[in-house]
Amino acid sequence: MEGKARGLEQANATSAGDAAVTVVLPRALLRLFPDAPSEVSLEARTVGEMIAELDVRWPGMRDRLQDSTPAVRRHINVFVDGRRGKLETPLREGLKVYVLTAISGG
Amino acid sequence: MAQVLVLVGTKKGTFILRSDAARRDWALSGPFCATSPVQHAIGDATTGTIYAAAGDAWFGPAVWKSTDFGQTWTHSSEGLAYAEGEEPIKAAWSLAKSGDVLYAGVEPAGLFKSTDDGLTWSQVSGLRAHPSRPEWNPGGGGLILHHILPHPSDPQKLWVGISAAGVFYTADGGATWEPRNRGTRADYNPEDQRYPEFGQCVHSLALAPGGGERLYQQNHCGMYRSDDGGREWVSIEAGLPSTFGFPSAAHPRDPEALFLLPLNGDIKGRYMPDAQAAVWRTRDGGASWTDLRHGLPQEHAYFGVLRQALATDRLEPAGVYFGTSGGALYGSADEGESWVPLAQHLPQISSVETLLIDT
Repeated sequence: MEGKARGLEQANATSAGDAAVTVVLPRALLRLFPDAPSEVSLEARTVGEMIAELDVRWPGMRDRLQDSTPAVRRHINVFVDGRRGKLETPLREGLKVYVLTAISGG
Repeated sequence: MAQVLVLVGTKKGTFILRSDAARRDWALSGPFCATSPVQHAIGDATTGTIYAAAGDAWFGPAVWKSTDFGQTWTHSSEGLAYAEGEEPIKAAWSLAKSGDVLYAGVEPAGLFKSTDDGLTWSQVSGLRAHPSRPEWNPGGGGLILHHILPHPSDPQKLWVGISAAGVFYTADGGATWEPRNRGTRADYNPEDQRYPEFGQCVHSLALAPGGGERLYQQNHCGMYRSDDGGREWVSIEAGLPSTFGFPSAAHPRDPEALFLLPLNGDIKGRYMPDAQAAVWRTRDGGASWTDLRHGLPQEHAYFGVLRQALATDRLEPAGVYFGTSGGALYGSADEGESWVPLAQHLPQISSVETLLIDT
């Protein structure tokens, strides 16, 4: 029962436990962190925790994805369930989270 | 054997041009720094390390570093941030090395320093604590700290230039600051407020060689010299084609000599006067000026040159280099008497600096 309860919590994206997710990183970011793969599996409860976990693995990556507001950078999109996520957006087990660079530049 | 590196910061990364002391044949490499917009790239003559200040629309500010003359690069912005809730830093705009301390000026205007060679950063918070801070207004390029001049002998002393807050000076390592703008105009203010304590639009600062405190300043509104570290500025714009321009570059040995690139005017398009390119040089502290245009385009020169995009090298005779808004880089190996294009199709050039190395 305990396992089921935990599973339910994750499915409902509560803050009680980490969710194992796959993070897809943008190619432009991989140029800055050549050791990072394009897809990363990690556990996190929110987008903010996901970015923090990325920073543990590739120091400096947090500063590239979020600013000091703190917020996801203006021209970075973190798609969770097809919607733009914020740092506090919860994650659920098995999700594929897409980190994308916005159309910007010149 | 001496080699000259010209470090070029552009809208799409850093480029490096390299030549021997003759400065006739140049090899171009780049773009570096993942093609991030680089506002300023400098070289440390003592260590040979190259640093580049960047601000990327996607990934924010960073300072890049290369210890092998550009072959490989690392980047960091750890600590290069204001407190939560403040407007985040968009870009690192300027760099200067003072002994073992690396300084970075940023947008919105503020000053940071690194004592571990660019790995981590901390704010020199006294500057933004200055009581004038709430009244700082951005210039056309933003509220940017674009020039940092360490004192030649006292590491506690530093000048910075902020658009459009003016020149500020510290004598205690950045704990306290004072505006140093007396004598510089703000023509865009009401007539009775044209010489304020701060709020002037400084465009560039240059420290004359020789160990003294002579400064030169190209301002949005005039060209100036100070012989007392910026306490008083005097106009030296008589004889120039315009009071408006961005960069200035000191001669490596002669405190009386300075190079400028005046533009036609702030409301006239901001390109070369009469669309004819010229560098202007003084050898008498600004009392008189000579235009140097041999080899530069003398028709249809509708480019600008930005505030950090003019530099000299330390060879004899001194080399002079500038980069244009159109991506051309020009060089002179004879103190400006004659010019050749060193590169013509780079991205928009933000900065030009030199690094002399022995190989």
